[in-house]
Amino acid sequence: MEIILAVITGVLYASGIYMILRRSMVKLILGIILLGNGVNLLIFLLGRITKGEPPIIDSAEKVLEGVYADPIPQALILTAIVISFGLQSFAIILVKRTYKVLKTDDLDQLNTTDEDS
Amino acid sequence: MLAAVLLGFLFSLFLVFAGSYFKGKLAVLSSIIPISLFVYFLSFLPEISNGEVVYESYEWIPSFGVNLSFTLDGLALLFALMITGIGSLVFLYTSAYLKGHKYLDRFYGYLSLFMASMLGLVLSDNLMSLFIFWELTSISSFYLIGFNNDKADSRKSALVALGITGIGGLLLLGGAVLLGDVAGTYRISEMLSMRDSITDSSHYILILLLIFGAAFTKSAQFPFHFWLPGAMKAPTPVSTYLHSATMVKAGVYLLFRMTPVLNGGDIWHTILIVVGGITMLYSAIHIIFRTDLKGILAYSTISALGILVFLIGIGTQAALIAAAVFIVVHALYKASLFLITGIIDHETGTRDVTQLAGLRKVLLPVAIAGFIAALISGGVPPTLGFVGKDLIYESTLHFTNNAVLLTILAISTNVFLFYAGFVAGVKPFMGPLPKKFENIHLPSPLMWVPPLIMTLAGLVFGIFPGLIESAFAKPIAMTQAIAFEDFHLKLWHGFNTVLGLSAITLVLGTILYLKLTPSHALENSIAKFNFISPKILFLKLSEGFAVFSSYWTNFFQTGYLRHYISTIVAFLILLLGYLIFSDFSLESDFSTLAELTIYEISILLMLLAGVLYTVFTKSRLAAVAALGVVGLSFSLLFLFYSAPDLAMTQFSVDTLTVILFVLVLYKLPRYLNLSDRWLRIKHGVLSASFGVLITLLILRVLKEPKNTEITEFYAENAYKLAHGKNVVNVILVDFRGIDTMIEISVLIVAALGVFGLLKLRLKTKDKK
Repeated sequence: MEIILAVITGVLYASGIYMILRRSMVKLILGIILLGNGVNLLIFLLGRITKGEPPIIDSAEKVLEGVYADPIPQALILTAIVISFGLQSFAIILVKRTYKVLKTDDLDQLNTTDEDS
Repeated sequence: MLAAVLLGFLFSLFLVFAGSYFKGKLAVLSSIIPISLFVYFLSFLPEISNGEVVYESYEWIPSFGVNLSFTLDGLALLFALMITGIGSLVFLYTSAYLKGHKYLDRFYGYLSLFMASMLGLVLSDNLMSLFIFWELTSISSFYLIGFNNDKADSRKSALVALGITGIGGLLLLGGAVLLGDVAGTYRISEMLSMRDSITDSSHYILILLLIFGAAFTKSAQFPFHFWLPGAMKAPTPVSTYLHSATMVKAGVYLLFRMTPVLNGGDIWHTILIVVGGITMLYSAIHIIFRTDLKGILAYSTISALGILVFLIGIGTQAALIAAAVFIVVHALYKASLFLITGIIDHETGTRDVTQLAGLRKVLLPVAIAGFIAALISGGVPPTLGFVGKDLIYESTLHFTNNAVLLTILAISTNVFLFYAGFVAGVKPFMGPLPKKFENIHLPSPLMWVPPLIMTLAGLVFGIFPGLIESAFAKPIAMTQAIAFEDFHLKLWHGFNTVLGLSAITLVLGTILYLKLTPSHALENSIAKFNFISPKILFLKLSEGFAVFSSYWTNFFQTGYLRHYISTIVAFLILLLGYLIFSDFSLESDFSTLAELTIYEISILLMLLAGVLYTVFTKSRLAAVAALGVVGLSFSLLFLFYSAPDLAMTQFSVDTLTVILFVLVLYKLPRYLNLSDRWLRIKHGVLSASFGVLITLLILRVLKEPKNTEITEFYAENAYKLAHGKNVVNVILVDFRGIDTMIEISVLIVAALGVFGLLKLRLKTKDKK
């Protein structure tokens, strides 16, 4: 199982980077999101995969025992998902704004500081 | 001694606040500082001439072995007296020379900063503090050369000087660190006993080259000499003080100081004799092509510095004593000539030697000082210059190799120096007085007394050389750790070879002075060779470096995001790839594949399809929808693999993202395909290899055993300490509660940003 997930992480990284290298700003954002998903999966994998054993203590118990999924990567990923949502929404609005002002979706049109370009 | 060194620094700091009081008539009071220091150091004279050495040490950064330790021995005392003595005269002179100057206080500030640094340099016993003071002299020199900072010439010269001496400073630091490493201490006095282990070490040659580099750049040796003539853009008191009497001798001082530590035989002698020899003759010949008085003096200064390096290279006791005496001789006559040039420039407004004549009729005391200075410079008896020149010939004649060649070299250099002294000190005062100079008056005594004092000192020391012998020559000889033989400085040695050589020098020098008139034609003739002069080559080199760095910068800093990302990714691939493949095995556990259920397979296929569709679709809406598929597959994946919280978060966040995208992006233009096929293939290969690398990396990491210590802590304590049954939640809101709070504030900031951008109404700018 881990092997397949490792390959999928690789695919996410590759497609994320590929999209970031495009000139369209929308593609750039899509690339960042894909890359972010890849990173989440990477962290998730490092905690190893456990099926059907969430890190929740049984109502009768006081201590988590036996086989259980690692809660630490989950806590990290949860944080990451939320933060990347903040980033994504800001980036999306920024692109919209940029288009409104400059009438372009092309990153190459942005690499100048001259106002009248 | 610490107080003596700090005094100058404190005074320059004081001028920052109280400078305005020292611009007017009070300016002359600043001379109290160098004068009192001079008297202070003079009080050590009896002790030092008895061969005693005064130590003083203060801890500064003891953990690095960097301390403020000071040594006052013969060598240090000679320099300290020169620095404070000539300093006193220059301070006095400046108060008249720059009278009423707008920035006079600033000038005094720089000057005392320099004096303090220079004192620190010659008194330091610790190589590191020596380096720091060394750099401070370069920096204060930069300010002083560029004092007329409204002139482009001055600024450029200051920059060139700082560049060259700055390179030297770096070399000195390198040499000091290496030397400290080899010796195990930065204290020069402790290194003295380690000469053999230092000269035998494998770093010896490198240390030697670094120290030499530092000394040659500071003391303007060929081919680094060109910054010194440029430095003559500074006001004359600066040229007098820094660029002839003291700072440029710092390199010579360093060589003197290092002789007992680093003098390890042939290589030491050869390099110093060759470099010193070339410098002294090269710049001596240059003298006859100059018409600017300061240019003449600059080249003769370089030549004199060459003689000093050359003598230290010879390294016999006679040569070292000759060098010590010559330092005094040179400081006395060259500083006087500079001050005299300053007076001439101040009164007539020109330094062009072809125009100056007959000034003795209006500036008689200056003419007297000039005449004596020329005598000292030419080595005419009974001045100290004669004693110095004899010592030089004495040491070249008795050197074991090439004695004849070295002696001829020394004689020819001295002939040119004789010429230089007379052109600068006598020629402007001879002949008929041109009409335009008839209204000139003698300036304030503050200006003409200092050169007179120095030249008379040169005369007195010449008649009574014993004064110099007991005060400096003997104590200095003792610092050099050579087999000490008693000697006496004498004006009259009887009829011998040396006297004959002296006579030859005087005759040839007189002939040269009488036959050769400085002219602009000569000056122009040498200008034709400028294109191969070290200065031009050096400037070309630095221009080339600037061009190279602009190419270098433009290569990496293109302003295109994809270039930056490609570069970063490519480097990551190279580095990680090397690491992974140097330690790689493809064995993995494939047994778990059998446990795959049909649900998992379908989710993974959905995920994969979503990713590929996002990348390859030509419709933006489809891409966004595919991204939604990816996100939802992720939530399912998390659900399967025991992460319900993640599943819920991912679900809500992804739904929101897709909605946001759709709401915002329908206004955007068509989804453009902007790159050509070749670029897409290139980027595809790059990102695909990066993906492969990440996969391999994960497989590699998964083989390592997992550390479960922290996991177990949370499993154990989630309920006990925080009374929560969902461990992930407990971690987020309890154990790492503050992190989560900060995360929330990040989100708030993002939300404010989004809100602001949405509500922002840009005013329509005036269209051009």
